[in-house]
Amino acid sequence: MTVMTLIQAVNDALKHEMRRDDRVVVFGEDVGVKGGVFLATEGLQAEFGKDRCFDTPLSECGIIGTAVGMALYGLRPIPEIQFLDFIYPAFDQIVSEAAKMRYRSGGEYTCPMVIRSPYGGGIKGGHYHSQSAEAYFCHTPGLKVVIPSTPADAKGLLIASIRDEDPVMFLEPKRIYRTLKQEVPEGEHVVPIGKGRIVREGKDATVIAYGAMVGICEQAAELAAKEGRSVEIVDPRTLVPLDEPLILDSVRKTGRCVVVYEAPRTCGYGAELAAIVAEKAIEYLEGPIVRVAGFDTPFPYTLDNLYMPDARRVLRGIQKTFQW
Amino acid sequence: MTRPTRSAKKGAAARTARKPAAPRARPVPPAASVPPPHGAAALLTVLSPEGELVGKDPGLPPERLVFLYEQMVQVREFDRRMLVLQRQGRIGFYGPILGQEAATIGSAAAMGPGDWVFPALREAAAAILRGLSLDAAIAQLMGKASDRCKGRQMPCHYTHKEAHYVSMSSVIGTQISHAVGAAMAARIRGDDTVVLGYMGDGATSANDFHAGMNFAAVYRAPVVLFCQNNQWAISVPLRQQSASETIAIKASAYGMPYARVDGNDVLAVYAATRAAVERARRGDGPTFLEALTYRRLGHSSSDDPTRYRDEAEVRVWEKRDPVERLRRFLRARGLWNDRREQELQERIANEVNAAIARVEAEPDPDPDTLVTDVHAELTPQLREQLADLRANLDAARGGREGAFPL
Ligand SMILES: Cc1ncc(C[n+]2csc(CCOP(=O)(O)OP(=O)(O)O)c2C)c(N)n1
Ligand SMILES: [Mg+2]
Repeated sequence: MTVMTLIQAVNDALKHEMRRDDRVVVFGEDVGVKGGVFLATEGLQAEFGKDRCFDTPLSECGIIGTAVGMALYGLRPIPEIQFLDFIYPAFDQIVSEAAKMRYRSGGEYTCPMVIRSPYGGGIKGGHYHSQSAEAYFCHTPGLKVVIPSTPADAKGLLIASIRDEDPVMFLEPKRIYRTLKQEVPEGEHVVPIGKGRIVREGKDATVIAYGAMVGICEQAAELAAKEGRSVEIVDPRTLVPLDEPLILDSVRKTGRCVVVYEAPRTCGYGAELAAIVAEKAIEYLEGPIVRVAGFDTPFPYTLDNLYMPDARRVLRGIQKTFQW
Repeated sequence: MTRPTRSAKKGAAARTARKPAAPRARPVPPAASVPPPHGAAALLTVLSPEGELVGKDPGLPPERLVFLYEQMVQVREFDRRMLVLQRQGRIGFYGPILGQEAATIGSAAAMGPGDWVFPALREAAAAILRGLSLDAAIAQLMGKASDRCKGRQMPCHYTHKEAHYVSMSSVIGTQISHAVGAAMAARIRGDDTVVLGYMGDGATSANDFHAGMNFAAVYRAPVVLFCQNNQWAISVPLRQQSASETIAIKASAYGMPYARVDGNDVLAVYAATRAAVERARRGDGPTFLEALTYRRLGHSSSDDPTRYRDEAEVRVWEKRDPVERLRRFLRARGLWNDRREQELQERIANEVNAAIARVEAEPDPDPDTLVTDVHAELTPQLREQLADLRANLDAARGGREGAFPL
């Protein structure tokens, strides 16, 4: 075990897989000599050379388009999109090409690749360095969507994503890149895609959260405990495919459900979680399913603290499941 | 406002003095003729429309020349019949190739068996030349059980893994950067694979054209980017697509060598592609080729070109027919005669007929194929949806799940 931040765990996973499999290549804007704007790819070019870790022209469409070609040819590309907010020029390549390749070719061609990108608010990034765009990708059949909330999960899930046979969106909550330090297993460490985790056990209400919201919900659970309510927190870790049994078992046990996400509320991934709970566990519910989310606005600069769910808002959400 | 000049002779001063070109209010009259063969617009030509040798003979052996001719005749008949089937309601949609046979076959024939091809809309001939059977092609068009893509894509979206002929989407231009990425991968792996990436003239306006050209040149990828300039993108003529003097010349801004070739001259296309392939294989990087040709029919079976273009233009291009051009050349060389022509026509007609009959009798793809191949494995969610699909089908058949069978 080594104590690492989330960003160090990402770096560790990349190195581990690049040593293990020479088909793995890492590229994107500033990922080479500089090692990435967040230093996720630090040291890769020095260790693996310019053929396996290289800087690209400033073109997200070109980065993902060429990554698709590399994956088709047999490499395991890991393109980095510097901020998720800049992924839209590549959206077509992800949605129309990478995601549909296996299906549209009857399984003849596949697109195993991991698109890594820092996402989410909390670093004073304004409209264009803060957004949570996970729902767009969850809505696209053919993609897997993975979001770690701890350093150990970041490493284990990234390794599993790189070994996956299909395209994976690996979204890194940049707000907690360096705020969280944790013991991370050295060497081989795989966290399977599709398995969530119970962050904290409780019996009165279930809170579902992923990414940077997990820590916020832990604070909220402490506040709720002071009010005598025992809160269980479930982190699905992978939004697609989703570990439904873990979520449903928890909700059936507690009878209450709060869904927390920092993306805009309408059509956010939390809406899907709420729908699943309503469809499959309604007979266990003792109160409404409550969503605590961002606002249906562009991501603000100064008032970002009001925009993002914080512990008090999550606590109010929990309270609402009792008072209705 | 007059049309911005396309002459390269105008000085920089004149260029800066000129106001930016305003969008033209009226459609540009369709380009009816081949641009004059000089300067950047010069066309590489080997055979005249009459089939006479007017350029450098690439020196293909007689059997290879005959092979190219047979491939062209075959795809022409295939194309004709598929359009008829569409008109009869036996195929849902079809995008005709007529007039572009030489551009596809000449370029595809210049590739080795281990090379990769990323097609655009009208490159069925490349798939067939590289080994896609007529049955498989027709199964794709009909979306039948034996379709390699399992009836999942609309017609004309062929895939053929053994031939490294890659499945395409309908999204114009996206395959350009795939071709470049595959070529970058080949270079990284140390393989001597060369990649051929096709695109239409309309595709040269898409984002991926810029991205692909730029990446290809920056990484010196072993790729040949091949534009089938058939002068139309549905109803939009080339001059409405780009104000560039030629499409080919765009490559120079990316630092990429380029050539412009008579796309109805299969030998010229072959020679230009061959040179580009050799260059790429030597490690000297990408080449951009523009093949000037013409889309003689509508954009697709859904399109009526008389609504937007003068049929006189089509007549001009009928006189530059690529199949006749090669036939005349072969005849003059004593490699072809009426008897062989008749035999070939009969053989191909029979083969196409037999393939249609076989494929048309096939069932639709299995219902399970609706949910397989989204990922390598079925997710729990898809498993649940598959069970639901089967239950719906059972209910529709009047069966009841778990019902006592007697
Ligand atoms: C991105 C995108 N926009 C629009 C279309 C609709 N569309 C299909 S083909 C086509 C024209 C393509 O022209 P070109 O690239 O010259 O190819 P051609 O049809 O002449 O072979 C258009 C506009 C599309 N398929 N994809
Ligand atoms: Mg065209």
